[in-house]
Amino acid sequence: MSTATDDELWSAIADPSRRRVLDLLVDGGEVSASALAGLVPFTRQAVSKHLAVLERSGLISRRKQGREVLYRVETDRLDQATNAMAELARKWDRRLDRIKRLSEAAHARNKERNGDQA
Amino acid sequence: MANFEIEREVVIDAPVEVVWRTITEPDQISRWFADRVELVVEPGGYGAMYFGDEGEGGPLVVEVVEPPRRFSFRWNHPAGEEPVADNSLLVEFTLAAEGRERTRLRVVESGLDRLAWPDTEKERYAGEHNGGWATFLGRLAGLLADRAGG
Repeated sequence: MSTATDDELWSAIADPSRRRVLDLLVDGGEVSASALAGLVPFTRQAVSKHLAVLERSGLISRRKQGREVLYRVETDRLDQATNAMAELARKWDRRLDRIKRLSEAAHARNKERNGDQA
Repeated sequence: MANFEIEREVVIDAPVEVVWRTITEPDQISRWFADRVELVVEPGGYGAMYFGDEGEGGPLVVEVVEPPRRFSFRWNHPAGEEPVADNSLLVEFTLAAEGRERTRLRVVESGLDRLAWPDTEKERYAGEHNGGWATFLGRLAGLLADRAGG
Protein backbone atom coordinates (compact mmCIF):
# COMPACT_ATOMS: atom_id res chain seq x y z
CA MET A 1 0.00 0.00 0.00
CA SER A 2 2.88 2.39 0.49
CA THR A 3 5.39 2.67 -2.29
CA ALA A 4 9.11 3.18 -1.79
CA THR A 5 8.62 6.84 -2.68
CA ASP A 6 5.98 7.20 -0.02
CA ASP A 7 8.24 5.60 2.55
CA GLU A 8 10.88 8.20 1.81
CA LEU A 9 8.30 10.93 2.28
CA TRP A 10 6.97 9.49 5.51
CA SER A 11 10.36 9.04 7.08
CA ALA A 12 11.44 12.50 5.95
CA ILE A 13 8.48 14.16 7.64
CA ALA A 14 8.25 11.74 10.52
CA ASP A 15 11.20 13.15 12.39
CA PRO A 16 9.97 16.03 14.56
CA SER A 17 13.14 18.09 14.15
CA ARG A 18 12.84 17.78 10.37
CA ARG A 19 9.25 18.92 10.63
CA ARG A 20 10.55 21.93 12.51
CA VAL A 21 12.98 22.71 9.68
CA LEU A 22 10.25 22.25 7.09
CA ASP A 23 8.00 24.50 9.14
CA LEU A 24 10.56 27.29 9.14
CA LEU A 25 11.05 26.96 5.40
CA VAL A 26 7.32 27.26 4.84
CA ASP A 27 7.22 30.39 7.01
CA GLY A 28 10.39 31.90 5.64
CA GLY A 29 10.12 31.21 1.94
CA GLU A 30 13.77 30.87 0.99
CA VAL A 31 16.18 30.38 3.86
CA SER A 32 19.89 29.59 4.09
CA ALA A 33 21.23 26.76 6.22
CA SER A 34 23.02 29.18 8.52
CA ALA A 35 19.88 31.25 9.03
CA LEU A 36 17.99 28.06 9.83
CA ALA A 37 20.65 26.99 12.30
CA GLY A 38 20.06 30.20 14.20
CA LEU A 39 16.38 29.39 14.59
CA VAL A 40 16.52 25.83 15.90
CA PRO A 41 17.91 24.29 19.08
CA PHE A 42 20.18 21.86 17.28
CA THR A 43 23.58 22.07 15.70
CA ARG A 44 24.45 23.37 12.25
CA GLN A 45 25.54 19.83 11.37
CA ALA A 46 22.17 18.43 12.37
CA VAL A 47 20.44 21.09 10.27
CA SER A 48 22.55 20.10 7.25
CA LYS A 49 21.65 16.46 7.77
CA HIS A 50 17.96 17.23 7.97
CA LEU A 51 18.13 19.43 4.88
CA ALA A 52 19.83 16.60 2.98
CA VAL A 53 17.09 14.12 3.92
CA LEU A 54 14.34 16.58 3.05
CA GLU A 55 16.00 17.33 -0.27
CA ARG A 56 16.30 13.62 -1.07
CA SER A 57 12.59 13.16 -0.41
CA GLY A 58 11.88 15.98 -2.85
CA LEU A 59 10.17 18.12 -0.21
CA ILE A 60 12.69 20.93 -0.55
CA SER A 61 15.09 22.16 -3.19
CA ARG A 62 18.08 24.48 -3.12
CA ARG A 63 19.77 27.03 -5.26
CA LYS A 64 22.97 28.94 -4.98
CA GLN A 65 22.93 32.67 -4.59
CA GLY A 66 26.37 34.19 -4.35
CA ARG A 67 28.15 32.38 -1.55
CA GLU A 68 24.95 31.18 0.04
CA VAL A 69 22.78 28.15 -0.60
CA LEU A 70 19.09 28.90 -0.21
CA TYR A 71 16.48 26.25 0.51
CA ARG A 72 12.79 26.33 -0.26
CA VAL A 73 9.78 24.06 0.01
CA GLU A 74 8.60 22.20 -3.08
CA THR A 75 4.89 22.85 -2.94
CA ASP A 76 3.89 20.09 -5.36
CA ARG A 77 5.70 17.45 -3.38
CA LEU A 78 4.17 18.64 -0.15
CA ASP A 79 0.74 18.50 -1.76
CA GLN A 80 1.55 14.96 -2.81
CA ALA A 81 2.33 14.07 0.80
CA THR A 82 -0.90 15.62 1.99
CA ASN A 83 -2.83 13.74 -0.68
CA ALA A 84 -1.14 10.44 0.10
CA MET A 85 -2.14 10.91 3.70
CA ALA A 86 -5.73 11.64 2.72
CA GLU A 87 -5.76 8.63 0.40
CA LEU A 88 -4.78 6.32 3.26
CA ALA A 89 -7.65 7.68 5.31
CA ARG A 90 -10.02 7.24 2.37
CA LYS A 91 -8.92 3.62 1.98
CA TRP A 92 -9.89 2.93 5.56
CA ASP A 93 -13.18 4.76 5.12
CA ARG A 94 -14.00 2.51 2.18
CA ARG A 95 -13.05 -0.61 4.16
CA LEU A 96 -15.10 0.47 7.16
CA ASP A 97 -18.03 1.18 4.90
CA ARG A 98 -17.81 -2.35 3.48
CA ILE A 99 -17.54 -3.79 7.01
CA LYS A 100 -20.65 -1.83 7.95
CA ARG A 101 -22.66 -3.11 4.99
CA LEU A 102 -21.50 -6.72 5.45
CA SER A 103 -22.28 -6.68 9.18
CA GLU A 104 -25.68 -5.09 8.75
CA ALA A 105 -26.60 -7.57 6.03
CA ALA A 106 -25.47 -10.49 8.21
CA HIS A 107 -27.45 -9.10 11.12
CA ALA A 108 -30.57 -8.80 8.96
CA ARG A 109 -30.15 -12.43 7.83
CA ASN A 110 -29.70 -13.59 11.44
CA LYS A 111 -32.85 -11.78 12.49
CA GLU A 112 -34.80 -13.27 9.65
CA ARG A 113 -33.59 -16.76 10.53
CA ASN A 114 -34.45 -16.31 14.18
CA GLY A 115 -37.83 -14.93 13.18
CA ASP A 116 -38.50 -18.07 11.13
CA GLN A 117 -37.66 -20.27 14.09
CA ALA A 118 -39.91 -18.35 16.46
CA MET B 1 2.24 5.94 20.50
CA ALA B 2 3.55 6.83 17.12
CA ASN B 3 3.01 10.36 15.93
CA PHE B 4 1.76 9.22 12.61
CA GLU B 5 -1.51 7.40 12.68
CA ILE B 6 -4.77 7.25 10.86
CA GLU B 7 -7.87 6.93 12.97
CA ARG B 8 -11.30 6.28 11.49
CA GLU B 9 -14.62 5.31 12.99
CA VAL B 10 -17.97 3.98 11.86
CA VAL B 11 -21.26 3.22 13.60
CA ILE B 12 -22.82 -0.05 12.50
CA ASP B 13 -26.39 -1.19 13.06
CA ALA B 14 -25.45 -4.71 14.10
CA PRO B 15 -24.47 -6.36 17.40
CA VAL B 16 -20.82 -6.34 18.34
CA GLU B 17 -20.54 -10.13 17.83
CA VAL B 18 -21.65 -9.83 14.21
CA VAL B 19 -19.16 -7.05 13.51
CA TRP B 20 -16.49 -9.12 15.20
CA ARG B 21 -17.08 -11.97 12.78
CA THR B 22 -16.94 -9.60 9.82
CA ILE B 23 -13.52 -8.28 10.76
CA THR B 24 -11.93 -11.54 11.90
CA GLU B 25 -13.22 -14.39 9.71
CA PRO B 26 -10.97 -14.83 6.65
CA ASP B 27 -13.84 -15.38 4.18
CA GLN B 28 -15.39 -12.14 5.49
CA ILE B 29 -12.09 -10.23 5.46
CA SER B 30 -11.73 -11.09 1.79
CA ARG B 31 -14.92 -9.14 1.16
CA TRP B 32 -13.75 -5.83 2.62
CA PHE B 33 -9.96 -5.91 2.56
CA ALA B 34 -8.18 -8.10 0.06
CA ASP B 35 -9.33 -10.45 -2.66
CA ARG B 36 -8.15 -13.47 -0.78
CA VAL B 37 -7.08 -13.80 2.83
CA GLU B 38 -5.45 -16.62 4.75
CA LEU B 39 -5.28 -16.00 8.43
CA VAL B 40 -4.81 -17.82 11.70
CA VAL B 41 -6.88 -15.73 14.09
CA GLU B 42 -4.87 -16.08 17.27
CA PRO B 43 -2.08 -13.98 18.80
CA GLY B 44 1.06 -14.59 16.77
CA GLY B 45 -0.95 -16.22 14.01
CA TYR B 46 0.37 -15.74 10.50
CA GLY B 47 -1.64 -14.69 7.55
CA ALA B 48 -1.35 -13.53 3.99
CA MET B 49 -3.53 -11.52 1.71
CA TYR B 50 -3.69 -11.23 -2.00
CA PHE B 51 -4.83 -8.26 -4.01
CA GLY B 52 -6.00 -8.97 -7.53
CA ASP B 53 -5.09 -5.65 -9.09
CA GLU B 54 -2.13 -4.78 -6.97
CA GLY B 55 -0.62 -8.19 -7.66
CA GLU B 56 1.45 -9.03 -4.66
CA GLY B 57 -0.01 -10.20 -1.40
CA GLY B 58 1.38 -9.15 1.91
CA PRO B 59 2.18 -11.14 5.00
CA LEU B 60 0.51 -10.17 8.23
CA VAL B 61 0.81 -11.29 11.81
CA VAL B 62 -2.02 -11.17 14.30
CA GLU B 63 -1.19 -9.42 17.53
CA VAL B 64 -4.25 -9.12 19.78
CA VAL B 65 -7.42 -11.22 19.69
CA GLU B 66 -9.89 -10.31 22.41
CA PRO B 67 -13.37 -11.22 21.18
CA PRO B 68 -15.45 -9.25 20.65
CA ARG B 69 -13.62 -6.07 21.60
CA ARG B 70 -10.09 -5.88 20.22
CA PHE B 71 -8.35 -7.26 17.16
CA SER B 72 -5.02 -6.13 15.80
CA PHE B 73 -2.40 -7.19 13.31
CA ARG B 74 0.87 -5.99 11.86
CA TRP B 75 1.60 -5.77 8.17
CA ASN B 76 3.78 -4.08 5.57
CA HIS B 77 6.93 -5.50 7.11
CA PRO B 78 9.71 -6.60 4.76
CA ALA B 79 9.28 -10.14 3.47
CA GLY B 80 11.19 -12.66 5.54
CA GLU B 81 11.41 -10.41 8.59
CA GLU B 82 9.50 -10.73 11.82
CA PRO B 83 7.20 -7.74 12.20
CA VAL B 84 8.12 -5.46 15.08
CA ALA B 85 7.33 -1.88 15.99
CA ASP B 86 10.05 -0.45 13.77
CA ASN B 87 9.39 -2.24 10.49
CA SER B 88 5.65 -2.62 10.19
CA LEU B 89 2.27 -0.96 10.39
CA LEU B 90 -0.07 -1.80 13.24
CA VAL B 91 -3.79 -1.99 12.51
CA GLU B 92 -5.97 -1.99 15.63
CA PHE B 93 -9.70 -2.51 15.63
CA THR B 94 -11.73 -1.58 18.69
CA LEU B 95 -15.39 -2.52 18.95
CA ALA B 96 -17.75 -0.89 21.42
CA ALA B 97 -21.34 -2.00 21.84
CA GLU B 98 -23.80 0.89 21.83
CA GLY B 99 -26.98 -0.87 22.79
CA ARG B 100 -27.84 -4.39 21.71
CA GLU B 101 -27.91 -3.79 18.00
CA ARG B 102 -25.39 -1.05 17.44
CA THR B 103 -21.59 -1.10 17.39
CA ARG B 104 -19.02 1.64 17.18
CA LEU B 105 -16.01 0.35 15.26
CA ARG B 106 -12.76 2.26 15.40
CA VAL B 107 -9.62 1.51 13.41
CA VAL B 108 -6.21 2.99 14.06
CA GLU B 109 -3.36 2.38 11.66
CA SER B 110 -0.05 3.49 13.09
CA GLY B 111 3.63 3.13 12.46
CA LEU B 112 4.25 4.84 9.13
CA ASP B 113 6.57 7.24 10.88
CA ARG B 114 8.50 4.34 12.35
CA LEU B 115 9.43 2.86 9.03
CA ALA B 116 13.02 3.65 8.19
CA TRP B 117 13.16 5.99 11.14
CA PRO B 118 16.73 6.85 12.11
CA ASP B 119 17.57 5.82 15.65
CA THR B 120 19.03 9.12 16.74
CA GLU B 121 16.82 11.96 17.87
CA LYS B 122 13.85 9.64 17.73
CA GLU B 123 11.88 11.15 20.54
CA ARG B 124 14.01 14.20 21.08
CA TYR B 125 11.69 16.88 19.90
CA ALA B 126 8.53 14.85 19.99
CA GLY B 127 7.22 16.84 22.92
CA GLU B 128 6.97 20.12 21.07
CA HIS B 129 5.30 18.53 18.07
CA ASN B 130 2.95 16.08 19.66
CA GLY B 131 0.09 17.28 17.51
CA GLY B 132 1.01 14.51 15.12
CA TRP B 133 2.06 14.90 11.59
CA ALA B 134 -1.36 14.61 10.07
CA THR B 135 -2.15 17.90 11.77
CA PHE B 136 1.22 19.19 10.72
CA LEU B 137 0.65 18.42 7.06
CA GLY B 138 -2.76 20.02 7.17
CA ARG B 139 -1.33 23.16 8.69
CA LEU B 140 1.52 23.32 6.17
CA ALA B 141 -0.88 22.91 3.30
CA GLY B 142 -2.98 25.75 4.72
CA LEU B 143 0.03 28.03 5.08
CA LEU B 144 1.14 27.33 1.54
CA ALA B 145 -2.34 28.02 0.21
CA ASP B 146 -2.37 31.33 2.09
CA ARG B 147 0.98 32.30 0.65
CA ALA B 148 -0.09 31.37 -2.86
CA GLY B 149 -3.30 33.35 -2.46
CA GLY B 150 -1.69 36.43 -0.91
